[in-house]
Amino acid sequence: MTYLAQFENVTKRFGDTSILHNFNFEVTSGEHVVLMGPSGSGKSTVLRILMTLEGIQDGVVYVEGEPLWHEYRNGVLKPAREAHLRRMRNGIGMLFQHFNLFPNMTVLRNVIEAPMNVQRLSRTEATERADELLERVGMSNKRDAYPLSLSGGQKQRVAIARAMAMRPKLLMFDEPTSALDPEMVGDILEVIKDLAQAYDLTMLIVTHEMGFAREVADRVCFFCDGQILEQGKPETIFTEPTEARTRQFLSRVTGAKKAKVGSEAQS
Amino acid sequence: MLFGIHWNLASQWSFALSITPILLIGMKVTVEATVFGFLIAMSLGLVFALLRSMPLRAVSWPTAIFVEFVRDTPLLIQLYFLYYVLPNYGISLPALETGVITLGIQYSAYTSEVYRAGLEAVPFGQREAARALNLGSFRTYRDVIIPQAIPRIVPALANYLVSIIKDTPILSAITVLEMLGVGKIIGDRTFRYLIPLTLVGILFLILTVIAAWGVRFVERRMPRGGVALK
Amino acid sequence: MNWLNLLPALLRGAEVTAWITVASTIGGAFLSFAAGIGVRSRFRGFRWLAGLYIQIFRGTSLLVQLFWLYFALPIIGISLSPVVAGVLGLSLNIGAYGAEVVRGSLASVDTGQIEAATALNLSPLHTLWRVIMPQALVEMMPPFGNLVIQNLKDSSLVSLISLADLAFQADQLRNQTLETLPILTLTLLLYFAMALVLMVAMRFVERYARRVSGREAAR
Repeated sequence: MTYLAQFENVTKRFGDTSILHNFNFEVTSGEHVVLMGPSGSGKSTVLRILMTLEGIQDGVVYVEGEPLWHEYRNGVLKPAREAHLRRMRNGIGMLFQHFNLFPNMTVLRNVIEAPMNVQRLSRTEATERADELLERVGMSNKRDAYPLSLSGGQKQRVAIARAMAMRPKLLMFDEPTSALDPEMVGDILEVIKDLAQAYDLTMLIVTHEMGFAREVADRVCFFCDGQILEQGKPETIFTEPTEARTRQFLSRVTGAKKAKVGSEAQS
Repeated sequence: MLFGIHWNLASQWSFALSITPILLIGMKVTVEATVFGFLIAMSLGLVFALLRSMPLRAVSWPTAIFVEFVRDTPLLIQLYFLYYVLPNYGISLPALETGVITLGIQYSAYTSEVYRAGLEAVPFGQREAARALNLGSFRTYRDVIIPQAIPRIVPALANYLVSIIKDTPILSAITVLEMLGVGKIIGDRTFRYLIPLTLVGILFLILTVIAAWGVRFVERRMPRGGVALK
Repeated sequence: MNWLNLLPALLRGAEVTAWITVASTIGGAFLSFAAGIGVRSRFRGFRWLAGLYIQIFRGTSLLVQLFWLYFALPIIGISLSPVVAGVLGLSLNIGAYGAEVVRGSLASVDTGQIEAATALNLSPLHTLWRVIMPQALVEMMPPFGNLVIQNLKDSSLVSLISLADLAFQADQLRNQTLETLPILTLTLLLYFAMALVLMVAMRFVERYARRVSGREAAR
């Protein structure tokens, strides 16, 4: 069986520090996977490698059975060139912690820029597609505004529409709510849940929101020191984790949540 | 022949080799003009910065206008002004001195801005903290503001040293025999401009690269937190 | 001698200065972008060439460069008229400084912008022109403004390769009339006036750049 994405003995280093070491990981088509774990454990790096933002030092990453960071030249597997990466990026999309909207473009322009210039859609087609998506994420009324005038939650909604406009098979979220004000978090998670139900999407989500993970995830992977320490259905991982480190992390995340809510109640 | 040194026209290489000592004599003038011009620029710039920060508008405004005027007019014309106008009023200075003073004045317009920006870059909270500790304004400046401003001011000042080096050839317009002036004269007398002027270019490159290293060295040695004044 | 009698000759020179400044600023802007983008190129040859250009023209003096173009080049068979040598020299010089501005501004754009463009599969060229450059332009404008004033002042050096600009006319008049004070005072004032005009013009360009970058609401 071909996985949608597969890491095979992947090693990723930044200078001397190794983030992933002989890392193995598979995602099947249509699966919704939540990646959790302490910062620096390598979960974001997995996303960034798949989005071709970070290269790898060893091993092979496959997307739909084809090497992502390598290509065959004269029958030999060689590091991929830009043209190969551009072809492979089709069908993969990503959302960022800080949204990364283009401040020099209107909301609409942000959404139609890539469909028009990468997928060569006409302006009418791209605009039609954009309007539909902006409607879906509740941002139609801001279509001609500039990102400068939007709140964090609104920016992330636009970013979601922008990524969806490329009709990705695999959509990845790198801590999509961690830069948002607490009262905005729920809204964005609702939008993501809606996408998960409405579209045939494979999703990789890095988040610390356990309630959300419980609702959308088919599988939760707990990362520690560049390895997947433990994975399984959210109910299992959250209620009866086998590893001590997982228990520790989960109690700290929930503890921090409670402390935050408490301090807000006080003020 | 120049400065008692003869050139050798036998080949390109012997020509280049024979005029190098002559150019180095010119380089000495270049370095002198740079150093003294820089010293004047540093002190005069501080004076302008202080005058500009005076609460008395009759002082601060004219200073601001003068500094702006100096900054936005060419060094060459300022040089002509001091060299040709002042003697009519009984102030007659040799060309090199005039050049050094003009460099100093022109660059004081830039350095005064460096002092001002450096002092302003110290966060306002530092003044408030000093006020809260009941420090007098002299102590506030000596112990709090200036020590923190120095790491910002010194590297910026040093950068202007490099710029002054590159402006010294303009002094040749009022007959100062600095490096370019010397190179030009050799060219005029031999009708061979390529080699002297290329050598002058290379020597300037060496000077500015060394100066830039110096600047970076000073920058690295600057303590981030500030310099304590005793 | 009446100060007004000096004006026609000086204004003729000022006109030349204005043209030289405008022409070399345009030339310099072109070189700034070429070299500033070049030093960030994926190709080593471009990086090397652009780096060498910047180092040479920032590391030596403008007057040396002008003399070299005007006096030394004819010896290897390339004779340039004073106008060509002057505009070329000023463009090359200011372009090297401008290239550092362009390079720095491009580098100052948040890397998240490039990552978002990659995630949308925009081509590197498209990313540079449509995403990075509009945002970097804002950062470039204030230092560019300073460089344009610098260029106006520097243009006076072309008088030393016998181009009849304002500085040249002033020096000629001084030689003929010996009225040094009025001539040089008027000359300084004319340069100052031109600098003020440039400052106002740059203010407008800056405001325009803020709009296209999204730093300021467009409507």
